[in-house]
Amino acid sequence: MADPLLQIEGLWRRFDVSKPWLNRVIEREKPQLLTAVADVSFDIARGETFALVGESGSGKSTIARMIVGLLGASEGRIRFDGKDMTEMAPSDLRALRRRFQMIFQDPFASLNPRWRVGDIIAEPMRTFGLATGAEAATEVARLLETVGLSARDAEKFPHEFSGGQRQRIAIARALSSKPEFIVCDEPTSALDVSVQAQILNLMRDLQDEFGLTYLFISHDLSVVRHMASRIGVLYLGRLVEVADAKALFRAPCHPYTRMLLDAVPDLALSGRRRKPVSGEIPNPISPPAGCAFHPRCPAMTEACKQAIPAPRPTATGMAACIRLDMAETAAR
Amino acid sequence: MTEPLLSVRDLRVEFPNRRGTLTALDGISFDIAPGEVLGMVGESGAGKSLTGAAIIGLLEPPGRIAGGEIRLKGQRIDTLSPEQMRRIRGKRIGMVFQDPLTSLNPLYTVAQQLVETIRTHMPLSEVDARKRAIALLDRVGIPAAARRIDDYPHHFSGGMRQRVVIALALCAEPELVIADEPTTALDVSVQAQIIDLIKEICAERGAAVMLITHDMGVIAETADRVAVLYAGRLAEIGPVRDVILDAAHPYTRGLMGSIPTLTQESDRLVQIPGAMPRLSSIPTGCAFNPRCPEAFDRCRTERPVPLDRPGGRQVACWLAAKESAHG
Amino acid sequence: MNRIARAWDSDLAYSFRHSPVAVVAAFVALLIILAAALAPLIAPHDPFNPASLNLMDGFTPPMEPNAFTGNTYWLGTDNQGRDIFSAILYGARISLFVGFSAVLFAMVLGIAVGLLAAWRGGWVDSLLMRIADVQLSFPSILIALLIFGVARGVIPPAYREEMAIWVLIVAIGLSDWVQFARVVRGAAMVEKAREYVQAARVIGVHPVRIVLTHILPNVMGPVLVIATIGLALAIIAEATLSFLGVGVPPTQPSLGTLIRIGQGFLFSGEWWIILFPSIALLALALSVNLLGDWLRDALNPRLK
Repeated sequence: MADPLLQIEGLWRRFDVSKPWLNRVIEREKPQLLTAVADVSFDIARGETFALVGESGSGKSTIARMIVGLLGASEGRIRFDGKDMTEMAPSDLRALRRRFQMIFQDPFASLNPRWRVGDIIAEPMRTFGLATGAEAATEVARLLETVGLSARDAEKFPHEFSGGQRQRIAIARALSSKPEFIVCDEPTSALDVSVQAQILNLMRDLQDEFGLTYLFISHDLSVVRHMASRIGVLYLGRLVEVADAKALFRAPCHPYTRMLLDAVPDLALSGRRRKPVSGEIPNPISPPAGCAFHPRCPAMTEACKQAIPAPRPTATGMAACIRLDMAETAAR
Repeated sequence: MTEPLLSVRDLRVEFPNRRGTLTALDGISFDIAPGEVLGMVGESGAGKSLTGAAIIGLLEPPGRIAGGEIRLKGQRIDTLSPEQMRRIRGKRIGMVFQDPLTSLNPLYTVAQQLVETIRTHMPLSEVDARKRAIALLDRVGIPAAARRIDDYPHHFSGGMRQRVVIALALCAEPELVIADEPTTALDVSVQAQIIDLIKEICAERGAAVMLITHDMGVIAETADRVAVLYAGRLAEIGPVRDVILDAAHPYTRGLMGSIPTLTQESDRLVQIPGAMPRLSSIPTGCAFNPRCPEAFDRCRTERPVPLDRPGGRQVACWLAAKESAHG
Repeated sequence: MNRIARAWDSDLAYSFRHSPVAVVAAFVALLIILAAALAPLIAPHDPFNPASLNLMDGFTPPMEPNAFTGNTYWLGTDNQGRDIFSAILYGARISLFVGFSAVLFAMVLGIAVGLLAAWRGGWVDSLLMRIADVQLSFPSILIALLIFGVARGVIPPAYREEMAIWVLIVAIGLSDWVQFARVVRGAAMVEKAREYVQAARVIGVHPVRIVLTHILPNVMGPVLVIATIGLALAIIAEATLSFLGVGVPPTQPSLGTLIRIGQGFLFSGEWWIILFPSIALLALALSVNLLGDWLRDALNPRLK
């Protein structure tokens, strides 16, 4: 890749989901580990929007939280602008934090209800010592106007705003440390569609204006198609396919990607039926052996049950499926 | 038209509070024909779930029906006592809610809950009721129903649990099923399964469905007709195809344009400026007028009356009234 | 709208205005607190000044002139001729001082422990909460007595009297912090998982700052409820300890001390010596408790 801003290499995250020690001893149970993210690698180029798509239990939020440092990685490397964040001294990491921010899913939980909007937006500036006092107030006013609110809103409390307006406030906060990279964790899934359109348009405008790079996490393929330049599809903690957005929607390579696409409701009423998929996502504590998707896969073979498929190169990315040749034929 | 199964006329729901009375639903009228799937769509706070709650008599106090009437096969049900209403719920009107966990009691097995509901509404013996319950579970697609019926709700996955809830809603052969966001809590790959199931089973048994959802995609695939709610009022109602492909109300047009799809090409989504007003500050005239790109003077002063249009459609919009007067 | 108008218009103020119990309780509590605070101005006598006491005034019944001196006292006098009304005012002063201080001490300690347990989690949390569990399995009065005993052993006799009231405060406070710690820990764990706290962590705000500026203000609601109910409990605990004779020194009688003194004369016919201090204690504890109950309901969103 030409100029990667973020590089993820062999990232793993395991959670200890065992019962408390005492219960375990009494009930004679072994410690239980849940592998939320397994061997995930991808790069995000400067200025692009990379989307991670997956259903519940796919590990997409866990990856987001590891990138911004809310969670530690069990294994693997996260490089930001060439610097390995997993091996960095805390003081260097602190300086680096200014350059990336996060937007959360629930605008009703992501703003402290007891703080005024102005203080909420100014917190990153104050923390990084970028601006204080009157200078910060001017900057807050400017940010509020950038996201489509009024400068006077700085005096108000979060409860005086609607969900969409709160998400604008959250975006203003994310912008206030002048970051280059923003992790957006389902930023519109708690919003109504008409408000979602406002926020998605705003995010695109801001990307153009400030040259931002986005990691966009979502379960909604239509939203992802609208926002992303490249897409990674996750299933049970593993990347099953990475491709350019256009290519992915035109010719999905992995059977799971195809299944996700088929499950999107058809609003154009073209008569295309959404194809119900058999089965549900397995419990991530005990994922199926071999390819985790094999119990639901229409193209499953005996070999799929044996080994975890290695990623294979495709036209614009990769897909982890041993029947790739077959899948490509089917896509044509 | 045959006699409607459910007929709602001028329904008005109010929430008295200390600052006055909030009108949460105002002048809602619609019919559901036997066997029909009516979609009810709107953004959060538009009053779609409230409409369902008003029909089944489960408004949370202090909310109350302040006007209008609700008839089930010609019989008024909004004036029934709670006890009489309880008998209609489950027997004649089945319910499916968003979160399957809250509709199932975690302390009882699926068998206990199904058998109890069946026997409350039907004169069947324990053994026959159990047989019927197993047949129902089998029908909603629970594998090995005869064995799994004795499991507790938490033994089932989310999608399977929603299937159990559907079985529970259908166990007394209701004439109407009210499904409030039945797929919202489920993963996309499971949503389609559940929608198909609701549709199939209701068609098979001749039950009508009132499908409440914020998801136009679900409506497009499932409903025969759709009602669009805005700020507690009905914006428009009509056959799904017509409303989706050729919306008559500017709000519906904006709503449709703001939904990203897999086929659209433009970089920007159509957006409706502003947000839905709070119930305490609904503008005079048309509730949508401050956000409407086509609003004119009359929209700001006078509330639009629902206007009949060809093809069984109704629109509450002065613009449509103007057009039909000219045309 | 200015600040006062906004406060008057708030949901809490509305709920208060529409709860007769809360209004009456607040009135009674305020009356007692004011009377106690202004005791030196209101009280007809100074019960702490032995010089002003006349033994001849002893055992005067309420509203009747004394057989020897002809003095009349509203609520009568005790065996030493102390005016019961004045003694109650000064007694309530000490009871309230001990109560407020003990609750403040318990609150600060409980909040600190609760926040630490919630933020650090893991073994720190387990350790602190097991200590709390152990403490809860003893009756709090026993703990207070234990602390009192230890303090008596440690503090040199010369300072004992002077230190008695502080020992009492620490004893009551230490037996009451668990409540605060548990509630704060629970509420703080909920807040810690919320996205606004994560947003602050992503920025890299110092943990101590996050806990103090983000989490603490959002857990204060339930803390205020416990503090109010805790105040009633602390006042009763003080009375109990003083009644048992291990509380404040007799030279500074609290309501509990007055009740203990009065108890001796209950069966010899001087009923007023115990009755009036008891009524005062009851009114104070009950009104504060009712206020706490109201506050709990008013702040509980589920009951709205």
